Amino acid sequence: MIPELGTLAMIIALLLAAAQAFFGLVGAHRNRLSWMQAVTPAVAGVWVFVSFAFGILAYSFIVHDFSVGYVATNSNSELPLMYRVAAVWGAHEGSLLLWILILATWALLVAAFSKSLPIAFRARVLGVLGLVGVGFSSFTLLTSSPFTRLLPAAAEGADLNPILQDPALAIHPPMLYMGYVGTSVAFAFAVAAMLSGRLDPSWARWTRPWTVAAWMCLTVGIALGSWWAYYELGWGGWWFWDPVENASFMPWLASTALIHSLAVTEKRGLFKNWTLLLAIFAFSLSLLGTFLVRSGVLVSVHAFASDPSRGMFILGLLLFFIVGSLTLYAFRAASLKTEGGFELVSRESFLLLNNALLVAAAFLILIGTLWPLLMDAFNLGKISVGPPYFNMVFLVPTLPLLVLVGIGMHAAWRRALLANRARLLWLIAGGAVAIALLITLGFYRSIGLPLTVVGFTGGLFVMGSALLDPLSRWRRGQALSRAALGMAVAHFGVGVFVIGISGVASYKIEKDVSMGPGDSAEISGYTFKFLGTQSVKGPNYEALEARVAVSKNGAAVTELATQKRSFKVQSMPMTHAGIAVAWNRDLFVALGDDLGAGKWSMRLQYKPLVRYIWIGAVIVALGGLIATLDRRYRVRVTADAPALEPGSAEKVA
Amino acid sequence: MTPRRKRLLAIAAILAGVGLATAVALKAFDNNLQYFYDPSEVVAGKAPSNKNIRVGGMVTKGSVQRSPGSLEVQFVITDFAQSVKVSYTGLLPDLFREGQGIIAHGRLQGGVFVADEVLAKHDEKYMPPEVAKSLKKPIPQAAEGRT
Repeated sequence: MIPELGTLAMIIALLLAAAQAFFGLVGAHRNRLSWMQAVTPAVAGVWVFVSFAFGILAYSFIVHDFSVGYVATNSNSELPLMYRVAAVWGAHEGSLLLWILILATWALLVAAFSKSLPIAFRARVLGVLGLVGVGFSSFTLLTSSPFTRLLPAAAEGADLNPILQDPALAIHPPMLYMGYVGTSVAFAFAVAAMLSGRLDPSWARWTRPWTVAAWMCLTVGIALGSWWAYYELGWGGWWFWDPVENASFMPWLASTALIHSLAVTEKRGLFKNWTLLLAIFAFSLSLLGTFLVRSGVLVSVHAFASDPSRGMFILGLLLFFIVGSLTLYAFRAASLKTEGGFELVSRESFLLLNNALLVAAAFLILIGTLWPLLMDAFNLGKISVGPPYFNMVFLVPTLPLLVLVGIGMHAAWRRALLANRARLLWLIAGGAVAIALLITLGFYRSIGLPLTVVGFTGGLFVMGSALLDPLSRWRRGQALSRAALGMAVAHFGVGVFVIGISGVASYKIEKDVSMGPGDSAEISGYTFKFLGTQSVKGPNYEALEARVAVSKNGAAVTELATQKRSFKVQSMPMTHAGIAVAWNRDLFVALGDDLGAGKWSMRLQYKPLVRYIWIGAVIVALGGLIATLDRRYRVRVTADAPALEPGSAEKVA
Repeated sequence: MTPRRKRLLAIAAILAGVGLATAVALKAFDNNLQYFYDPSEVVAGKAPSNKNIRVGGMVTKGSVQRSPGSLEVQFVITDFAQSVKVSYTGLLPDLFREGQGIIAHGRLQGGVFVADEVLAKHDEKYMPPEVAKSLKKPIPQAAEGRT
């Protein structure tokens, strides 16, 4: 009876979402106040019923209701409570329900915090979100209901995929989805602007905090996924250019371009068409990501579904939203007038280049991701595009971007006179080169890869440049707006991230060895001594644990334990790596197979500065958080803010 | 700067950017396309030697061999019509086992496929799509050990 309530709640939520879309869009079109006022209760209703359905699915997991097919396939009576809850989004149907819940939550937040917006505009925004909700709710009900009964009920569940039984994985999907789905808010604002023909600086000011918030969640979500892959998939890589990773990274690149383009639209009233297009791109790429991951055209750890009707349904949704919004764009873009211009050297130019480079990177990654699918679809052979392609098409646009970020932060709008900052920037650049050489030649005693020094220099330059404004303001006792501080923090994080990549890509050491108890192996000055193996029991697995003592120059550093886990239900072996973290490096041991003759295969790794990749990403997200809390997003603004005076030194991001 | 000149400049910048991007992409693309071959194609001589390619198939039961204590391992993969011998040195993925579909990256050297990476994805039910497809091709003799 209880799971049926879940289905019922989803049907009601679907109807309410349809009402939300209808009253929002048609009400605004016909200018019926009472219709537009009905949108908010509809949004609240959708949220209540979707939450209820979600709660019921969680409840079914918690009480081990194996008569629900989805629970029976993804849980087990020995699965710990935390993972029973996380298992709700552990596979296709439930993760889609999470998608819908997060969409409903974004809509609820927009409804709650947009009271100051013109009512017709607000109704349109919520109407578009309602339309997205209708699409995904009907997808769930028609092709992927998590509440389908299994008759007769299973006596025991097939357990959650062991690699998903991990704390980072419990929060990675919700975070990532908050980012993915959050792009729908920027999209809804863009569509509402096109429908109403109103696109002015205040439009950009309303849109910015939502876009930055979604982008921030996406940043954290991607970083969590990368961190998880690093320690859980067992092999110490942090990014694989896997199509599914690309599926989340492309919307991130588009959203990053969008938040920068929105800055220009807000401050100068420029780039309007481009901003709209980026909002459409970001959302389309999110939908494309959902399609790639959920349709079964890709097979990976994320690809749960392989039912072709699901793929077709998402493809249909994708086409509907892309074609619909681009058609609207084609009709409305020309009517959006842009006033004012800017000089070649100005903040606008830097942001324009930023956008061009980010979009180029996203586009080239898109080609590399889709090409194998196209070739296969047309029977032109089965190919895959190797990681070096992605490294190349990512690095070529983004390395110049580092320099542009470092300088562009200090450029004024309209016409920048960089002269007053030029000396300081040269000083920072010189310092960055010196420190980069010190790190590479002095500490690691090798120049590394061709781009190692470039990478360290770029990272350090951006970090130093980002600190410039906050420090000089602080010294002069001036306040810094949260938006400007957020920008500085986020860019500082980019620098930290680049340092991490440069270090680990240039100086990592990986070695597969064959060792028996008592044997030692050495990498990068660290001696790994295999102490022996023992059996260990976990809640739903049994493991063989190998202990390894690490020492450097005779002094003990740490002792690591790595396990080969064997899960009872899915009879699936899984390596659990032993990792020792220090501020400047990770030491990483993974147990391989019994090679016979008392030997085991083992992978030893030295990963310098690898933590800074994720720390950097978190700092970037933190910058986003600070920026969304800026005062001007909260004050009620009735009139359009005037464009800045010529030559104004105002540089708020 | 007049609007006209600015527009020209913008168009020129965009064209240059697109041109550069295309050149970079094509070059990187060309070097990094890896083709997939199934064992029948390898045996028929369709796969190039000494070029990075991927091969895939089912690991033949009883074919995994290693000398005790050595990291080097040899096994045979099959599409139930033909088979190819694969040699690999290093750690095998958790889900590598006999009777499992796998994909190997590497080069064909004198009839043996020398792999630098072996992939058997993250799920016991997983079958790499290329392998699944090549196993579905019509086969003259009965498919033995097919799951």
